[in-house]
Amino acid sequence: MALSLEMAVATRPQLSHLRALESEAIHVMREVAAELEKPVLLFSGGKDSIVLLRLAEKAFRPAPFPFPLMHVDTGHNFAEVIEFRDRRVAELGERLIVASVQESIDKGRVVEETGPRASRNQLQTVTLLDAIAEHGFDAAFGGARRDEERARAKERVFSFRDDFGQWDPKNQRPELWNLYNGRIKKGENVRVFPISNWTELDVWEYIDSEQLEVPSIYFSHVRDVFSRDGMLYAWREGTELIDGEEIFSETVRYRTVGDMSCTGGVLSQATTLEEVVVEIAATRITERGETRADDRVSEAAMEDRKKAGYF
Amino acid sequence: MTLDLLRFTTAGAVDDGKSTLIGRLLFDAKQVFEDQLEHVAQASERRGGAGALDLALLTDGLKAEREQGITIDVAYRYFATPARRFIIADCPGHRQYTRNMVTGASTADLAVVLVDARRGVTEQSKRHAFISALLGIPRMVVAINKMDLVEHSQARFDELVAEFAEFAAGLGEITGRHATAAASPDAAARAAEISYIPISALKGDNVVERSGAMDWYDGPALLELLEQVEVAYDHPFDRPARFPVQWVIRPGAGISVGVDRDAPAGAGAPDPDYRGYAGQLASGALRRGDEVAVLPGGGRTRIVAIDTYDGELEEAMAPMSLTLRLEDELDVSRGELICRPDEAATVARELQADVCWMTDRPLRPGARYVLKHTSRSATAIVDRIEDRVDVHTLQRSQPADELALNDIGRVHLRTNVPLAFDAYTSNRRTGSFILIDESSNETVGAGLIAAACA
Repeated sequence: MALSLEMAVATRPQLSHLRALESEAIHVMREVAAELEKPVLLFSGGKDSIVLLRLAEKAFRPAPFPFPLMHVDTGHNFAEVIEFRDRRVAELGERLIVASVQESIDKGRVVEETGPRASRNQLQTVTLLDAIAEHGFDAAFGGARRDEERARAKERVFSFRDDFGQWDPKNQRPELWNLYNGRIKKGENVRVFPISNWTELDVWEYIDSEQLEVPSIYFSHVRDVFSRDGMLYAWREGTELIDGEEIFSETVRYRTVGDMSCTGGVLSQATTLEEVVVEIAATRITERGETRADDRVSEAAMEDRKKAGYF
Repeated sequence: MTLDLLRFTTAGAVDDGKSTLIGRLLFDAKQVFEDQLEHVAQASERRGGAGALDLALLTDGLKAEREQGITIDVAYRYFATPARRFIIADCPGHRQYTRNMVTGASTADLAVVLVDARRGVTEQSKRHAFISALLGIPRMVVAINKMDLVEHSQARFDELVAEFAEFAAGLGEITGRHATAAASPDAAARAAEISYIPISALKGDNVVERSGAMDWYDGPALLELLEQVEVAYDHPFDRPARFPVQWVIRPGAGISVGVDRDAPAGAGAPDPDYRGYAGQLASGALRRGDEVAVLPGGGRTRIVAIDTYDGELEEAMAPMSLTLRLEDELDVSRGELICRPDEAATVARELQADVCWMTDRPLRPGARYVLKHTSRSATAIVDRIEDRVDVHTLQRSQPADELALNDIGRVHLRTNVPLAFDAYTSNRRTGSFILIDESSNETVGAGLIAAACA
């Protein structure tokens, strides 16, 4: 049913902050579709990229998306997430490209880390850059947000990358009003972050208001875990434990969805979207600080990875 | 009624306490997470901070910034209180100060201008106030900082308020909007409303909590003001509607090269004859049935439907993203502007604008650039530079033969295609453009349209 805005609001009508952020993100997506030749949307099955898919529907329906989706698969993902990814893509009727870290290892492009702390997180960057080159993508949408991490707080919505995929934080294009400069040379590309201005709480409130499905690991469940460096990691077949570590059952949920080897769970009883929103609103620790080992390596771990081509 | 989301900007140089102020605001408003605090505690200790947390470290995101103790680039911070959500554009005040301040100011509803109570109203504070006024920010808060170092003196505060107010009264003269301000109904043309607050960012006086040290001040603390301030936006239904077309939605046509079009769209089988004009309403409101003009061509038609993913709307207001369907089969494409015929935008190929120059190689007459205005890109040639604002004295000097990095000046431009625009003072979205260097692809200038050339 059509709504009358003048009836629905007081004397000075305005959009709610979520609808204003949504509209800004839709605008960004349409600019990319119009100004770049061959974009791709990075879809990991995580909450931020789930929001990107809904925004793409809002930007381009009733037509198909003017770009394919791509997942950089480390091969160490949660099974629930891969199952969800494939189901969501099928529902949308869009095309998914899977870029595989395992293939990069098999082809000798990267060397697998060994030992109990081995992770494929670093290797993803090579797989991502290779896939961008192979398909000739000149723009890649990502679900990164500026509230996530302090290097990201400085990054533009249109983040320009040279032909090595590198980010140069000291030499970024100024971004004024809502005028984005997407001009690039052959071989260069732009990473585009339509939800740059959203916070983790905004993402969950949006998922709740749109009633979007998310992988089950975002909700509280019982899982076999082990404790390392103060984080609870999921145990899976093949994980090497360090002396003194034990496998035990715990009720956890995940705040972020990444490679199993570097993503920790949090103790939680939240089983519904509303309960997750309440939990996030009350939390006193950032999502990356609580759950991502990859950011704990050094004071500038994310900045260093982004300079090397990570998104 | 207040805005649900307030975007504000701060600017400052190394020593005037800007990073400390933001750190204090976030810290006292309990918006700093435990792991972030731990980082700051460790870094403060490494720097020999004698047990005190260096709150400025909260906002410095890049390695080089932490190493050198400086802020390099605009950073965006997010925080919320039960009253409002906030986005802070935190602009460094030294190197490339114009570029950073203009960038931060371009999307802000409010500017927090810092004045050091000991040093008084410096060139730096004046420059920030000038850029905020030029960029049409409707509200300004002057935070007179380091009050603890002037014995919380009311006399010193009053003196600085008087000095700043006198300077601010002359701002209309320099920004060139004094002629239209009185007559214009538009918020952006009016002089910004200014509030003054005595604070100490270091001690936390009047930042989040009111200070016991300054009983003579009976106004709100900074955060209280930010939570309650009314930003003088006009009623969207009273403003001219402006809808730049971004993208044409045609499910019946292949859209992009290299994408598999055999896959069906998920929203059910689309009507192959569907043709929708997608974009974001830059200002005003549109209703189904409205007669509209498509600029620059001037063709007239009527809105038959306002589509969104969530269903059809009877009417829509800025800043919604929408898809319009039109009655006649006009050939409308990206870059054209839909508005009402009786309140149409100006169409011209020659225009005057204030340009902020953002790169080392100066702007000189005769140069060609790509000009991006709303969703349209054109080629622009700079015909002449009429004057230049001296950002030290804040006087418009004339004539000028070039604009160097950080300069702001009035230029005359010509474009290869007509543009449909408004004066920046009446519309920030349809009155602004950026200039892009054709060979390096860098964004080199920011433009604020004054008028078409006579």
